[in-house]
Amino acid sequence: MADAKKFGIYICPDFEISKAIDCEKLAEDLKKEEHVHLVKVVPGLCTTKGADLVRDDIKAEELDGVVIGASSLRYHTDIFKFDILTERVNLREGVAWSHEPNNDDIQDLATDYMRMGLIKGVASEIPEPMVLDINDTVMVVGGGFTGMTAAIASAKAGYPVVIAEKAPELGGFMRKLHKLTPRNAPHYDLELNPIDELIGEIEAIPKIKVLTSCVIEKTSGQPGMFDVEAKIDGKDLKFQVGTIIQATGWKPYNPEKLGYLGYGKFKNVITNIEMEALAKAGNIVRPSDSAKVQNIVFVQCAGSRDKDHLPYCSSVCCMTSLKQAMYLRETYPDANIYVIYKDMRTPGKYEQFYKKVQNEDNIFLTKGEISEMADAGNDNIRVDIDGTLIGEKISIEADLVVLAAGMVPSTVPDKIELPEDPEEDFTIPTESCLNLKYIQGPELPTLHYGFPDSHYICFPYETRRTGIYACGSVRQPMDTLASKNDAFGASLKAMQILENIRIGTAVHPRSGDRTFPDFFFQRCTQCKRCTEECPFGALEEDIKGTPMPNPNRCRRCGICMGACPERIISFKNYSVQIVSQMIKSIYVPTEEDDDVATPRIIAFLCENDAYPSLDIVGRKRMKISPHIRVIPVRCLGSVSTSWIADSLAAGFDGALLIGCKYGDDYQCHFIKGSELANQRMENVQEKLKQLVLEPERVELHMLSIDEYDKLPDIFNTFAKVIEDMGPNPYKEM
Amino acid sequence: MDKQKFTSDLLVVGAGIAGLTAALETAETGFTVSLIEKMPNIGGRVAQLNQYFPKLCPPSCGLEVNIRRLRDNPKINLSTLAEVVSVEGEPGDYTVKVKITPRYINEDATDTDIENCIDKCATVLKNDFNYGLDNRKAIFLPYNNAFPMKYVFDKDALSDDEAKNIASVCSDIIDLDQKEEIVEMRVKAIIWATGWTPYNADNLTELRYKGNANVITNVELERLASANGPTGGKIQIAGKDSKIDKIAFVQSAGSRDENHQEFCSTICCMASLKQVRYIREEFPDAEIYICYIDIRTPGCYEDFYEESKKDEKLHLKRGKIAKVINDPNSDQMIVESEDTLGTGLDQIKVDLVVLATGMKPNTDTFPDKTMLDGCGFIKTDKDRGIIACGVCAAPNDVASSVQDATGAAMKAIHIIKEGK
Repeated sequence: MADAKKFGIYICPDFEISKAIDCEKLAEDLKKEEHVHLVKVVPGLCTTKGADLVRDDIKAEELDGVVIGASSLRYHTDIFKFDILTERVNLREGVAWSHEPNNDDIQDLATDYMRMGLIKGVASEIPEPMVLDINDTVMVVGGGFTGMTAAIASAKAGYPVVIAEKAPELGGFMRKLHKLTPRNAPHYDLELNPIDELIGEIEAIPKIKVLTSCVIEKTSGQPGMFDVEAKIDGKDLKFQVGTIIQATGWKPYNPEKLGYLGYGKFKNVITNIEMEALAKAGNIVRPSDSAKVQNIVFVQCAGSRDKDHLPYCSSVCCMTSLKQAMYLRETYPDANIYVIYKDMRTPGKYEQFYKKVQNEDNIFLTKGEISEMADAGNDNIRVDIDGTLIGEKISIEADLVVLAAGMVPSTVPDKIELPEDPEEDFTIPTESCLNLKYIQGPELPTLHYGFPDSHYICFPYETRRTGIYACGSVRQPMDTLASKNDAFGASLKAMQILENIRIGTAVHPRSGDRTFPDFFFQRCTQCKRCTEECPFGALEEDIKGTPMPNPNRCRRCGICMGACPERIISFKNYSVQIVSQMIKSIYVPTEEDDDVATPRIIAFLCENDAYPSLDIVGRKRMKISPHIRVIPVRCLGSVSTSWIADSLAAGFDGALLIGCKYGDDYQCHFIKGSELANQRMENVQEKLKQLVLEPERVELHMLSIDEYDKLPDIFNTFAKVIEDMGPNPYKEM
Repeated sequence: MDKQKFTSDLLVVGAGIAGLTAALETAETGFTVSLIEKMPNIGGRVAQLNQYFPKLCPPSCGLEVNIRRLRDNPKINLSTLAEVVSVEGEPGDYTVKVKITPRYINEDATDTDIENCIDKCATVLKNDFNYGLDNRKAIFLPYNNAFPMKYVFDKDALSDDEAKNIASVCSDIIDLDQKEEIVEMRVKAIIWATGWTPYNADNLTELRYKGNANVITNVELERLASANGPTGGKIQIAGKDSKIDKIAFVQSAGSRDENHQEFCSTICCMASLKQVRYIREEFPDAEIYICYIDIRTPGCYEDFYEESKKDEKLHLKRGKIAKVINDPNSDQMIVESEDTLGTGLDQIKVDLVVLATGMKPNTDTFPDKTMLDGCGFIKTDKDRGIIACGVCAAPNDVASSVQDATGAAMKAIHIIKEGK
């Protein structure tokens, strides 16, 4: 395939490049390489004029590809846009700016990089996108406020929608609410519950099909073609959808666990949920004797912000209690209402509502901790409070106590046993709402407390199951205003995946990528590493354990490629073979060249973070060892251990891997890539043992994109260690 | 007008994290977007942050991915140094006049030529990227990984004579003939994401920000902690190289306060807890005080708060700060608070005071001032019309702004699809 390719090589002498390396000599050396049709040193290459010159050559010389030796591929991207194979070689930041100029080492470095770029270009093919027929129905699981909002948003954008609600009617938890906290400026007045209106709106949209009493028993397939099996009132139903929005909401924290606050012990201790029901019924009275109430205590954070219960804050309970205080104020203008809180959390403009409630007569808001709740006779409760704002203990005889209980995502099973030792790590098992037939489990993978995992700061919708988007309080504790926005966000992502698979392109983070992994199944040994390691659960297995790819689930990170010991997974422009050829194209000096062979180190850098850091190293003119050859990789998880083993066997003296931080606060854009790379280092060490090489010849580092100042030290220290260790004995073989 | 084609489906005003997200999400769903930014580079406020809470990860990590998405997407057309002058029309068909200021840099000039000129240019100006904590040249790149990576000549900050003077020294690269342009854009929908400005701490006279180098704001501390900041990441008091032993954070400085901003800025508690980590890394023995009214760390941010409480030299003091005064006997500042949990009036003597100032929404160029709420944010309760998202709509953290921006993209698509 590669035989007949004609490549043009272009070298930019600007930006101090020609001061650091001999560009003419570089050009001469490259002319000797296979597939090289022409080599030009072009001053002003990084301008539109320079690009036009290349464009003219492409046409006149009928080139198959070009290699541009100039700035890093992260710069001048608007200029170097050609419709043939284009390889960018980083002569500026990666060579001239980051190395001592004018010596054999830097010249060799530039030559190696250009050759590697050429080999990569020759071995790559322009990817043809895989385009499959798709179903563009959006399935919304959960017919509460968030789910209905998402359904309307999707339908308004033109997509057919199916709402799958497990209850016999739409509305979800919001049906139980009397009024809403003020969502609109000036945030003073309680708002009417809009749920009936919303249900009416749903019913009026023909594009939305509502399935109530619907339990999803199985979801298989991939975005654009999910096969759903559901049970509706005992009857089976099968249908296909294109994408899924999970808006299964929340449930109240189990009040039975609030015994320490008197729940279950005193008749007149109720939860905020029960209070809402009393208000909705228009009859706020004591449960014990249906009497009117005069002294009411709200206990905030009941079971929240508490390591023995819910360690997190449910975000909405402060506003809810203030709202319920206003219900009481309306019914009982003279009643004394106490709200006991740890911190009053009314963020943003909700502060206005807080202020309004503060100004009400006989509503007392105070910081404090409940020290004891005791029977005060007549079904009243004595509430003792410590640590108040006035610095004194206070005691209130309440005829009604309302516990502000928190929110638990609907994915958490009702009966979970927490470990005895609160420090012990444990993962909450999730209860399946979707019943995904993914070998990696039936639900969206979670991070903490049952909330789905994502890059929740920068990319909150990117769950680990492509085409399935969580929103509303199943994603994190949130109120109706935030849920509404979240529903819009998730419906956008649902629409986006459909529009991308329609044209065969990847979604975030490799948006627009048209490549996808190809499997050469004849050589598959059913080892299952790819299916187990894919962070997105893209691969299924047949009965024998052979992977079954689902290209629409794939995010194109190449972690499967890095996992495969048989090297049978490849992309059109990124494969084990392509990178192996790049490594082989690097000239490894031996003792014949020098008395002591100049070391060669191969370095694999994550292209998302570590490689951009290296560009900054160049921009800051920090200097690194010229003995290192850097290959940017899609993700450190895509690094095949064979590259390391092969390069050491070929005489390289060391190998360096630099990727993103892993662990709980992982920064890897593909969730687990760098962590998996680290795990695979064990195999690498095994290989080193077989080769009787020192384990120190391979190092893996974690680096954030902003830690560029550490990079020269990592490079140079490693280069020093390798130099001190002496040459790899395999050099001469 | 009807004969003129649409410039793009959507105009996004502001290329901070909210605007950038809205533009990318819309474009990746198949619509064309014009993205305009008044600064010479995209990234907005997040580019000026050292780390995000609660992961303590660098904003440039997510920005890098977003910049790649932007670079590779032919459906987005970015204009920098661009500001809205007027908006006419209605949802489905808007005509927007946009003023584009030139960079005054010759387009054929290479970076090397420009860098040589910077050396020759003697004029220095306050560096607004670092909130004026240091200076920069009149020819500059906003920061070391700015996108677009293009230099600017800050002509507007200079007098005509100064500008001409520099232009004559750097005649190869400066082109004063470049003219400001008014571009007319016809779009179907508009997303407004102009973000925020830190509340002006000069207004907080009782907190002695003005005139005291050892009273700084939280955004300034971000720059001091950043490796690409004025001190290369070293937290220090301007003009001093000494160790910092005692630091006090004043929460809600100018927030939750009828004399300043009535609302709570939502992010300042987490921001201060995060900044405690910066300080702790540099000064392991420093005594740090956070003086607060309520600690607001909603949702799973509570984990970060819990973790912070393990720091034995971090003292959380509840109480509104009455005032900050200069210690008559030293360079230190005295922070006077009413410690409502303890002993009443309380004084702490510290080396450095950090004011956790809030966010003021940027709405100067927003065309319909009747859409501003009592707190100055653009009202969000209207699903048609110009769609506001991010901090110009509500005080949000980055995660909520991104969420909001993604939702805004959907609202815009509704308008684009429905038409007029």
